[in-house]
Amino acid sequence: MVVAAPSIGESRVGRSRPQPFQLFFEEQAGAVARYLSTTLPADEVEECLQESFLAALRAYDDFDGARPRAWVLTIARRKSIDFHRARARRPAPDAELGEQLPAPAPPEIPLSGDIWNEVAGLPEKQRAALVLRFGLDMPHREIGTVLACSAEAARRSVHEGLRKLRQTRLKEEAA
Amino acid sequence: MSADRSPHDDVGAEISAAMPSPSLDLEVLGGRLEERAGQEGLLTATYTTLESPAGLLFAAASERGLLLLGYPTTRPDSRLEDLSERIGPRLISSPARFETLRRQLDEYFAGKRRDFELPLDWSLTSGFVRKVLVETAHIPYGETRSYGQIAALAGSPRAFRAAGSALGANPIPIVVPCHRVLRSDGGVGGYGGGLEMKRLLLGLEGVPQPR
Repeated sequence: MVVAAPSIGESRVGRSRPQPFQLFFEEQAGAVARYLSTTLPADEVEECLQESFLAALRAYDDFDGARPRAWVLTIARRKSIDFHRARARRPAPDAELGEQLPAPAPPEIPLSGDIWNEVAGLPEKQRAALVLRFGLDMPHREIGTVLACSAEAARRSVHEGLRKLRQTRLKEEAA
Repeated sequence: MSADRSPHDDVGAEISAAMPSPSLDLEVLGGRLEERAGQEGLLTATYTTLESPAGLLFAAASERGLLLLGYPTTRPDSRLEDLSERIGPRLISSPARFETLRRQLDEYFAGKRRDFELPLDWSLTSGFVRKVLVETAHIPYGETRSYGQIAALAGSPRAFRAAGSALGANPIPIVVPCHRVLRSDGGVGGYGGGLEMKRLLLGLEGVPQPR
């Protein structure tokens, strides 16, 4: 079962109780769907979103209500990785394409456009960091929660991802 | 440091601009979520709102039965938040689970139903309050009792004031007909949904208007 660990050093002062689950679902479903759309094919996004919120509901009694978006995205990211693992275990009809990326990354990001092709070449953690930072406008501390690392480590993942993307472009221009 | 000052400093902005924004039908998704959560027994309760001549009622039910039927409040989410504080936040909206209540309320307000046939969950009550309300639930349609009579039925004949407070705390008005309890001198007494509402319900049931 997926249970999000509270981030290290998270303040317990003034902690809130979680809001009614329905309101939490309505407020966070959009961000979760957007994130999952960058990691899963369109036909799996809804199912993974359901699985993520079901897992959130199972863990809801232990949730302290702080930073709900980071909390549910932590769950959604793990679920999305589970989806890729499950697919990897199924016989893949296009296995002969043989694209190799670091596990448990998807063989492709299901979005077209140059930027996504470039992002697809990054390790999963850096991809997630970039999507959370620039796609969902999250602060490093929340990204750290999602990636189970410190805010500083999250910042480094964002920086490293950007650096690699820029390098790739410079190389392509030089070629 | 050349990479930091490259003409590609805007890759972040590119990601931001290219971010997908799938359209979601929250009602459909929420419905499926509710169904699966219900199968797993993950929900403390489901809730909905119901149109009625008394305004938009807030209803909540557990697996055991109807927990709450709330009159309109000034703040739309306050009933939900109160319920969350009292029984926990695992609450999901589910209009479909309230079809029976919806139908029976419509029939009641149309004068075509005298008794509600619904399982009730008394979890939001305890002690003397529950005793008073359980007795109140047995007052037949169109009849009334005094606060003293109800207190006596609940086992404390002199506790008519406490019975009044208990009725004021009725979480399931209309269905548990606390409007059928009046003062022993014939006065209308109090009502959580407002005295106008109490008079409306008594009138609907053919009870002569109290003072």
